[in-house]
Amino acid sequence: MIKIRNLWKKYGKVQVLAGLDLDIKTGETLVILGRSGVGKSVLLKHIIGITKPDTGTIDVDGVRITDLKGEQLYKAIKSMGMLFQGGALFDSMNVEQNTAFYLTQHGDPNTGKLYTNGELKDTVAEALHMVGLEGTQKIMPSELSGGMRKRAALARLICYRPQILLYDEPTTGLDPITAMHINELIVKTQKELKATSIVVTHDILSALYVGDRLALHKDGKIAYIADPETFMNIDDEIIAFLRKIISHDPRSFRE
Amino acid sequence: MKDIIPPNGSGNGAISSNKNNGAPALKGTPIPFLSNGVLRSLHFIIATGEYLVLIIDTIKATLRKPPALNLILKQLYDIGVASLPVVAITGFFTGLVLAAQSFYQLADKGLSSVTGLMVAKAMMTELGPVLTAFMVTGRVGAAMCAELGSMRVTEQVDALQTMSVDPVRYLVAPRVLAGTFMMPFLTIFSIVMGIFGGYLISVFFFGMSPNAYFDPMPTHIQLFDVFIGVVKGFVFGVFIMTISCYKGMNTTGGAEGVGKNTTNSVVITYCCILLGNFFLTVGLNTIRDQISRFL
Repeated sequence: MIKIRNLWKKYGKVQVLAGLDLDIKTGETLVILGRSGVGKSVLLKHIIGITKPDTGTIDVDGVRITDLKGEQLYKAIKSMGMLFQGGALFDSMNVEQNTAFYLTQHGDPNTGKLYTNGELKDTVAEALHMVGLEGTQKIMPSELSGGMRKRAALARLICYRPQILLYDEPTTGLDPITAMHINELIVKTQKELKATSIVVTHDILSALYVGDRLALHKDGKIAYIADPETFMNIDDEIIAFLRKIISHDPRSFRE
Repeated sequence: MKDIIPPNGSGNGAISSNKNNGAPALKGTPIPFLSNGVLRSLHFIIATGEYLVLIIDTIKATLRKPPALNLILKQLYDIGVASLPVVAITGFFTGLVLAAQSFYQLADKGLSSVTGLMVAKAMMTELGPVLTAFMVTGRVGAAMCAELGSMRVTEQVDALQTMSVDPVRYLVAPRVLAGTFMMPFLTIFSIVMGIFGGYLISVFFFGMSPNAYFDPMPTHIQLFDVFIGVVKGFVFGVFIMTISCYKGMNTTGGAEGVGKNTTNSVVITYCCILLGNFFLTVGLNTIRDQISRFL
């Protein structure tokens, strides 16, 4: 259970979060929709604690993330993971080292036992197989395409089986087939780990595919939150536009 | 730092990072009573505070749980071993020209016998540490700042944090530890190369006897001269590593920001080295005087 209460954050003169409230149930996949630049990614960074709000609180399973810093924070977020928009792979390491990074740093997330080299290799191979990047172990991130980078980052994330997964625009910039593959992976990971997922996106198809509930981020707040069917019927200009996208021939947008 | 608001109207672009805020920044209430100069000094004070916090965090992180040995070893190699050629060349040629110039200036006054001593003293107390620090700033500090900066702007530092890895322990501490450890050694190496360079030109070009070059050294060079060089090397090492890391870790504004911050970090480091060198020269020699008074 993640409880966000009255979250405010300002960058310079721009009020990015303005009293945002949100509850996320354990085990659900919540999709946060919103236009670019409304602060969806900022919200994710607040949930995982690496950005601090001006005021407001976030509780994750009863732990107040907003009050923690340093070692305490790193301990509290050990079972959380985030997929970054650009992948954020470490360019000084190859794909294998990237994927295994968490495990080499912390060992097994549950027992803390360190992995042997063989076990690491197997785990990495399995994770890379899941995202369809078999045999890329020794490639450096700079040699990967954008879509491959995102998938490698996803492998790095699912490798350590976090209980709360945050996805920052997982399908943006991918071709439709890869995007659908990523959507499938999100659902699969969710089921397998019985995890809580928060997906931030502006891709309505992806949102409808993965989301148990949909929320609209607007003017620094969550404007609406509902199950997909109810959500799509809400009377709002953005949602009306989304409705139009999925139900109309794109040519009909031409004037 | 982003929160500092440039004065509107009279303002001529107080702090460059603010220009990214674009139109919304111009709409709010301006702070007319704060002049450019005041804002700049505020900015400076905040940055200095953040810099000191980074140093304290580095010490804390190191003491709580030292960074992994392989990370430190890699930095020791990158900073120390890989810098040897450039430091050697710098030291060698400095010693060379120092000896040559001294010889030309002193020979007609009959003072050429002090050439070796002059080279050794100058290299040990001033030129060795300062020039080594300059070369390391350019070679290591700039690269470090650019690397950390691009890691920051591509969210790799954030990614580290989301994986419960403290960036200060993982990225900053190994660099600071390795750099401050290596700088005294690099300084000594450059001093040795300088004296060697001076020797070569004095003996083989000016025809001095090797004895004449080295003879005055044991009598006139004290352990304290070496000590000055080592202390300066250490302090400059602290400056180079901490400033580069601070500037790198606080990079914003994409590729342009990386370039800007790297340039900034090199300029600031140079200034700190020069200023610090002045205070160290005066301070250390005062200490030497005090010691010799007691002995």
